[in-house]
Amino acid sequence: MGEPDGSPNFFLLTFCKRACILTHSPENAISLRGVSKRYDSLQALNNVSLDIKQGEFFGLLGPNGAGKSTLISALAGLLRVDNGELSVMGANVQTDYRRARQNLGVVPQEIVMDPFFSVRETLQFQSGYYGVRNNDEWIDELLEQLNLADKADTNMRKLSGGMKRRVLIAQALVHKPKVLVLDEPTAGVDVELRQSMWRFVRRLHREGHTIVLTTHYLEEAEELCDRIAIINKGEVIALETKEDLLARGLGSKLLVRATHTIETVPKEYQDRVTRLEGNELEMIIHRDSDSVMEILDRLRAASMKIDFVSVLSDSLEDVFVRLTGEQEGQ
Amino acid sequence: MNWFACYTLFKKEIARWVKVWLQTVLAPVVTALLYLFVFGHVLEGRVEIFPGVSYTQFLVPGLLMMTVIQNAFANTSSSLIQSKVMGSIVFILLPPFSALEMFLAYVGAAVARGLAVGFGVFLLAVFYAHVPIDNFFIVLTFAVLGSYTMGAMGLIAGMWAEKFDQIAAFQSFLIVPLTFLSGVFYSIKSLPPFWYEMSKWNPFFYMIDGFRYGFFGQSDQPVLVSFAAMLAAASVLTLVCVMMLKRGYKLRDA
Repeated sequence: MGEPDGSPNFFLLTFCKRACILTHSPENAISLRGVSKRYDSLQALNNVSLDIKQGEFFGLLGPNGAGKSTLISALAGLLRVDNGELSVMGANVQTDYRRARQNLGVVPQEIVMDPFFSVRETLQFQSGYYGVRNNDEWIDELLEQLNLADKADTNMRKLSGGMKRRVLIAQALVHKPKVLVLDEPTAGVDVELRQSMWRFVRRLHREGHTIVLTTHYLEEAEELCDRIAIINKGEVIALETKEDLLARGLGSKLLVRATHTIETVPKEYQDRVTRLEGNELEMIIHRDSDSVMEILDRLRAASMKIDFVSVLSDSLEDVFVRLTGEQEGQ
Repeated sequence: MNWFACYTLFKKEIARWVKVWLQTVLAPVVTALLYLFVFGHVLEGRVEIFPGVSYTQFLVPGLLMMTVIQNAFANTSSSLIQSKVMGSIVFILLPPFSALEMFLAYVGAAVARGLAVGFGVFLLAVFYAHVPIDNFFIVLTFAVLGSYTMGAMGLIAGMWAEKFDQIAAFQSFLIVPLTFLSGVFYSIKSLPPFWYEMSKWNPFFYMIDGFRYGFFGQSDQPVLVSFAAMLAAASVLTLVCVMMLKRGYKLRDA
């Protein structure tokens, strides 16, 4: 209480508090500040800053070569960034790499394996690499949950692609990390396996794990993620909750079915038409500025006899295509 | 230092070569024995290098050490290049290993393989020639130092190489010539003065010469000189290796 302003201790305390806010914010599972990475002429990441809160199911989307895997590699310490800071559960991935990596499980995009060992041996070794002893109970549970129990003693080479991918998930989880990063985990995985995989990942999320997902299947991200970042050309072009992203500006389509073949559309709507086939008209509507009733009145005024009307919300895919397309056009 | 993590990686590296023991242990033992039979048969009785030591006896420690160091090199270099090419190196790079933990695990496993293969050669060679051991401690010290040094060199080669043929080139153009020219089959004292002096710059010579001293109590150079040379080589390579691992040289994208 008696510490006067301007004393060295006061400054030290203030500095520590600021440092904690910047890099050790306890509610953030992952924190990126001004992260940049360049490969020759390619700017893979350009001043990326984002926070992922503990317990979030976070989607990281973007077209091929957008920088998603570079970002994940930087987070996992597989590459060094040119600028910026990254932390996992408050631990800087460079200066406090042991704590950062202990808290992080990564399922790599490529199917990779050590061909010398069985599934159980692979998991036992991986567990030991993280310093976890006597982990057989958790390994058995992972094998059970990922439908690998009957393959526990099978050599990795003899597994199918889907099974190998499940082993990768088990390897990422074997040290019970708080943050799990799934880099396109369902690529090439059949529907049944995909569903069982998501059931397990959802369970992990319910149990408090932070999940970061990159996927090309946008419907998966739409179904699973609380918050989504869209990354393109190394920049974050959107970072919002799924609901906000879906409601973003444009948003919807109007489907109109007439009792007759639609020949013409009023001039003011012609550039919004996305489909005109027989008696069906589909057009973009702007949620914030358009009135559906007014549009319908104008269509009726143009001698259209309307039989059926439906408003279709944008899917995440529509938003994604629009946002990444807009950036292409810039 | 996370000793358990280090021990697990060491255990895994051992398991890797044990699982393919035909290729990693038996094959080099057979090759070394073939050298022994052929050269021993041709040169026995024609050459006496140390007084009271037959050529076949002289040959055994040289071949033994050659096998030890070549296999120690092969262990680390092949493990690293395989996992780099196949992508499974990610399982080693993701966990929180320190550079020293990785180094000790890889090199420890290389020493273990070198000693296993060396023991195999010795076990079969004694049926062919009487091989005296003057000082077992010196034999063991040089075997461990030699395989340690070559394990470290293999680690450097494995980090540097991006393709299998680069490792093969390292082996064919550096390791094999330096081994063959280190006095495995002859005493460097029998060489012309220029090549005698050149041989003294070959670190492999000190591995072989010191190791041989442990068997016969005789060598081309004083054993302490060989020990000091080996210790210096091992220290420098340890330093280089740990620094490269710390930087993640060609492992983690810079």
